[in-house]
Amino acid sequence: MFSSLNIRIGFFLARRQVRRSSPWTTVLIIFVMFFTFLNLVVVSGILVGLIQGAIVAVRSHYTSDVIVSSLNNKTYIENSPEILNIIKSLPEVEAVSARYLEGGTLEANYKTRTSYKEKPNIAAASVTGIDPIAEDKVTNLSKFIVEGEYLTPLDYDQVLIGSYLTAKYLPIDSPGFTTLRDVAPGTKIRVKVHGVEREVTIKGIIKAKVDEVSMRVFMIDSELRSLIGRNDYNVDEISIKLKPGTDPATVRDILKRNGVDRVAKVQTYVDAQPKFIKDMVDTFALLGNMLSSIGLVVASITIFIVIFINAITRRKFIGILKGIGINERAIEISYILQSFFYAFCGSVIGVLVLYVFLQPAIAAHPIDFPFSDGILVAPVSGTVLRIALLMATTIIAGFIPARLIVRKNTLDSILGRN
Amino acid sequence: MIEVRNLKKSFKDGENITEVLKGIDFIAKSGEFIAIMGRSGAGKSTFLYQMSLLDEPTSGEIFIDQKDTHTMTVNEKTYFRLSRLGYVFQDYALLPEMSALENVVLPLLMQDLKEKEAYQKAENALIKVGLGHRLHNLPAQLSGGEQQRVSIARAIAHEPQILFADEPTANLDNESSRMVMNIFKELHRAGQTIVMVTHEEEYSKFADRIIHLDDGRIVL
Repeated sequence: MFSSLNIRIGFFLARRQVRRSSPWTTVLIIFVMFFTFLNLVVVSGILVGLIQGAIVAVRSHYTSDVIVSSLNNKTYIENSPEILNIIKSLPEVEAVSARYLEGGTLEANYKTRTSYKEKPNIAAASVTGIDPIAEDKVTNLSKFIVEGEYLTPLDYDQVLIGSYLTAKYLPIDSPGFTTLRDVAPGTKIRVKVHGVEREVTIKGIIKAKVDEVSMRVFMIDSELRSLIGRNDYNVDEISIKLKPGTDPATVRDILKRNGVDRVAKVQTYVDAQPKFIKDMVDTFALLGNMLSSIGLVVASITIFIVIFINAITRRKFIGILKGIGINERAIEISYILQSFFYAFCGSVIGVLVLYVFLQPAIAAHPIDFPFSDGILVAPVSGTVLRIALLMATTIIAGFIPARLIVRKNTLDSILGRN
Repeated sequence: MIEVRNLKKSFKDGENITEVLKGIDFIAKSGEFIAIMGRSGAGKSTFLYQMSLLDEPTSGEIFIDQKDTHTMTVNEKTYFRLSRLGYVFQDYALLPEMSALENVVLPLLMQDLKEKEAYQKAENALIKVGLGHRLHNLPAQLSGGEQQRVSIARAIAHEPQILFADEPTANLDNESSRMVMNIFKELHRAGQTIVMVTHEEEYSKFADRIIHLDDGRIVL
């Protein structure tokens, strides 16, 4: 059937047909295949990238590579100073940020309220004590200042507040959830933690697409320590940034072997991802595949129509080929090869555009989705699989119409009889 | 040698059945040049298509070199046409996207000849019909007479046992027609068996034998 002779003759026929066909038609078909390829790869890539962008953001702006946090039944990490010493002694570690966390409230309008009947403008927040320099080395927190300035280690009674705590950046009015109105750098607010109240000045507003950053209030660690009376230096969270190329699991395992997991949760950024994030990745991948499948069907129909019209208009010549003794299979192979050529050219152009232009461009300028900076996820293995799928579908779509025409009576084809 | 026994061919069009060939018995000896003549609708071309295995007769038998063609599969018939028969069509039937040389070389390549040998044979065939200078021209760049000569070159390049021609001069001017018939004459002189359908008395005279068809039967 698919003997080398038939393939050789099929190639001979296909080459001449493509070479002598209208260049515009060829370009148009390749264009369709190119967009089909992009549809296959980019749609699912963007959908997965939307979540992947969020995962990357959480890693780089909150958890970093490894995060050590308090056990579920503990309010802080016991023996934090010793644990910090162990972490800092590891050669794989590039930077460490230890954080104190306490639930608290912020009040904004206490100075302008004129009547006790007027509702206080209070927002609940997670108050976070940090070493500003260490934190910036781990999470680049200073990059997310949208108003005002970043903290220095001497900025007592000054805070950075997350944008989701301000009505300006999160203008929603939901029962049980309030934000601070009319606040800006320089505004004084009250922070209340463990019943202790302190008046602080907003030094800056932080806006990041990571809730753990945008829903927090940051102050100098020593100030929060004094507010909550934590004199043992036990912290609540330690984010560890590793040197490039280090596998986070390696450091996690080292810490576990050192007994850190007896007093704290030790997780890589992957371990720390909530299950719903993983489910969302799978869901979006499935959604992308569904949309891509529609694109694949459209491409198949396009190729089917193109080859069918081509074969119908060339029916007489197909008859002549059969008449002079060319094997039917060789003629079918010529159409399969033409379909393959169109799909191959479309895919090659698609791969070039994808990896040379699109992916680097989107990586450099992520798509500004409301909850993440979307990137384009297109692993080579997935792309190869999709190319194979496109090729297979296209070849089938090219073969069927060719078979329909080739199997018609030879003389009827030559004479144009139905 | 071709032997045709009680060959019938009818066409069905809805409820109507038209009998075009009504029981033909015929023998063509090896090396003969036979002209089939008859008025329009007499069944000349239909007879040629059955003998040349391009169509399936309704009934009857066709033997080519004692081989019963009735028992052949579609693929066997295709291969038989490729290796033993040659065709010259009225409208040349060249493939428009291929040059003269490519049109001629294609059946040779299908016979699994080495590329160099196939191209050499194709070139020789084109030289034989006087088109050595038009090897790389597309059919659209050739005159009607030249296209028919390419068609003849394609039909004879693989040295077929029988050459079938269906009104090969019908679309040509007098000069081209004479040129084509002279090629046939030369081929016949070299021993080629030729079966040609024509309605032109002048060219039927080139044949050894003329058979006349009328209303689906041989009348002379």
